[in-house]
Amino acid sequence: MAKAKEEFAIPKLVDIPIIPAIAPDAMAHSKPFVAKPEHQEPLGFPGELVDNWKEKALDKMGEMLGKYRSLPVFLDACVKCGACTDKCHYYLGTADPKNMPVARQDLLRKVYRRYFTVAGKYFPKLVGAVELSEEVIEDWYKYYHQCSECRRCSVYCPYGIDTAEITMAGREILDHIGIGQKYSNEIIAKVHKIGNNLGLPEPALANTLEGLEEEVQEDIEVDVKYPLDQEGAEVLLVTPSADFFAEPHVDGLIGYGKVFHRAGISWTLSSFASEAANFGIFIGNYENMQKVAMRIRQAALDLGVKRIVVGECGHAWRVAYSFWNTLIGPFDFLDPNYPVPQHICEFTYDLIQKGALKFDKDANDDKVVTFHDSCNVSRASRMGDMPGGQFMIPRELLRASCNHYVDMAPDTIHENTFCCGGGGGLLTDDLLELRVKGAVPRMEALKKVIDEDGVTHMAAICAICKSQFTKVLPYYGMSMDMIVSVHQLVGDALVMGAEH
Amino acid sequence: MSVLTAIFALLFYTATVILVAGLVAKIHQYARTPAPLKIPTTPAPTTRGGVVARLFREVVFFESLFKGSKWSWLFGWLFHFGLLIVLIRHLRYFTEPIWFVAALVQDIGVYMGFVMLLGLLGLLGRRSLVDRLRYISAPSDYLMLVLLIAIGGSGLLMKYVSRTDIVAVKAFFLGLMRFDWQPLPADAFLLIHLVLVAALMIIFPFSKLLHVPGLFFSPTRNQADDPRERRHLAPWAAKLDATRTAGN
Repeated sequence: MAKAKEEFAIPKLVDIPIIPAIAPDAMAHSKPFVAKPEHQEPLGFPGELVDNWKEKALDKMGEMLGKYRSLPVFLDACVKCGACTDKCHYYLGTADPKNMPVARQDLLRKVYRRYFTVAGKYFPKLVGAVELSEEVIEDWYKYYHQCSECRRCSVYCPYGIDTAEITMAGREILDHIGIGQKYSNEIIAKVHKIGNNLGLPEPALANTLEGLEEEVQEDIEVDVKYPLDQEGAEVLLVTPSADFFAEPHVDGLIGYGKVFHRAGISWTLSSFASEAANFGIFIGNYENMQKVAMRIRQAALDLGVKRIVVGECGHAWRVAYSFWNTLIGPFDFLDPNYPVPQHICEFTYDLIQKGALKFDKDANDDKVVTFHDSCNVSRASRMGDMPGGQFMIPRELLRASCNHYVDMAPDTIHENTFCCGGGGGLLTDDLLELRVKGAVPRMEALKKVIDEDGVTHMAAICAICKSQFTKVLPYYGMSMDMIVSVHQLVGDALVMGAEH
Repeated sequence: MSVLTAIFALLFYTATVILVAGLVAKIHQYARTPAPLKIPTTPAPTTRGGVVARLFREVVFFESLFKGSKWSWLFGWLFHFGLLIVLIRHLRYFTEPIWFVAALVQDIGVYMGFVMLLGLLGLLGRRSLVDRLRYISAPSDYLMLVLLIAIGGSGLLMKYVSRTDIVAVKAFFLGLMRFDWQPLPADAFLLIHLVLVAALMIIFPFSKLLHVPGLFFSPTRNQADDPRERRHLAPWAAKLDATRTAGN
């Protein structure tokens, strides 16, 4: 497989975003490393390309057409109206026409038409139907790994066609003929074996959490605990494993601990279910997604907790909020007075509503903060009890903890938000060019509020967004420290009791 | 009875059977295929009533398209609205006595024919002029617009240029519905109009016109946002409950 292109031009940010003219094959060189047999087999996929790949791929497509209604409906309904063509951050950043959502769908649709529709069987040229060939498979692999499954296109489609569903189906077919993506599949195998994406075993985790307790003690002289495998705790907190190590994620974890401490609610992390992320969704594989999620049900039962709270992570919240009840429910063993699962932002917001938390906003007075809506939270889930709570609640937390808050342009936030450029299983250095270019729309919106409102920090509630921005901000002349966790700001402003 | 009448009678019977049977088969396919996961595009309504309202706004106002592309929305909505009124007006040729709604739009219906054409020409212009749309268009995408323009155009030509014996046409269609064939006038524009309409009916269930039933089955639009409150389980997924496990 080709190496990631070493050198590429960094796009120039402009004040008024433009829709680029199409540049065919501009990203035809971009493809991630292919999974090796040891990454494929633990997931139940063939280790390498199978001999009868064409037959297997079509069989799989036929099977999925009968299992997922989204596929036949989305593949039939598109009228090529073009409303989605200028909505994808990867198209806006690369100008490769195959990164227009409809064109990305067409890579699968043209094969669907050839083998599964009357029009495509008898009049292939007329309706743009093609045979499944090696070139088609190659295009699938390249361009289904240039989609972050962010669903922005689905907001504007008159039929709600969601390219994420098509990308997931494409990846699922590729996995079943032995062409998986190394990054995602290696990670899923690690979760099955060890319990988290990083492959952190229990002793390392315990060590890290002890270190955190010492750090917080030194910092604010309060004995905040970060408990692990505490049976009988009220709350099981499941958070992305990046929160244990990466910056700025860990500052968010510190913040969660302070909120639990201040609220006096007992909580625990689990070494068995030490991961909220679930890359099973990225590869569109129901069984792997269910198996990853089952660790959390198992941990909740074993530890005897009453509630499950999920840390700051976008796709994890989608899986938890939208899919857990289906995959690993019912949750009749948990306290029915609380939603299952509950987002850490909902948890903190409820405490604020009850008057259980006090803030000293001046603690964040050195910052002017904006908020990056993460795609999976915005367009694939909810917080609170009303539609749009996923936009309101994190902002309320920021307003409660900061004196200076501004929003970015309306067409780049809430349901219109742009992906960070690294979501959907693309947060890997072999796709760096794609990540840098895909970040353009967000970078432009951010630059505008920096220039006009003096914004110094952008808060996010997604581990992938945080890692991606840390990496790409410097490419655009901005500091990697700009990106912060919402619960870092919450924790910094939280009045911790008598000590203050 | 002329050969012409027989040919057109058989053409419309065939077209009707293909349209109805094709749509029934497709709707049956969509209806029996489960949506195993909750995937509404959020923010989404939390109740069934809210979902009905959302679909209503999509069908009547093209809500999402309005967010997506103002030009596509404008031309698309003009075309669809014009077509709707024109179709209602055409019901006068299939009802006796004339259905009152069809009579109501009698006058405005003609102008709606022009509105419909304007929308179609706008859509065709956009498809041929914008590079992104040219890239995603197959020959069938242009032909569909040309077909609809030709149907509208031949209809208007009959109204303003070369009129046909509309009373005889109505007798022909009422006769078809009662299996009592009546002669069809042999006027060029009428025959072109009817052949194209029959072609559209035949193509419908095999083409992107499936967006009509498709919208109602689209899980991102027709699901309520209530996954925490209700356990959503497709039959094939429910079977996995018995065997699900964690870890290796």
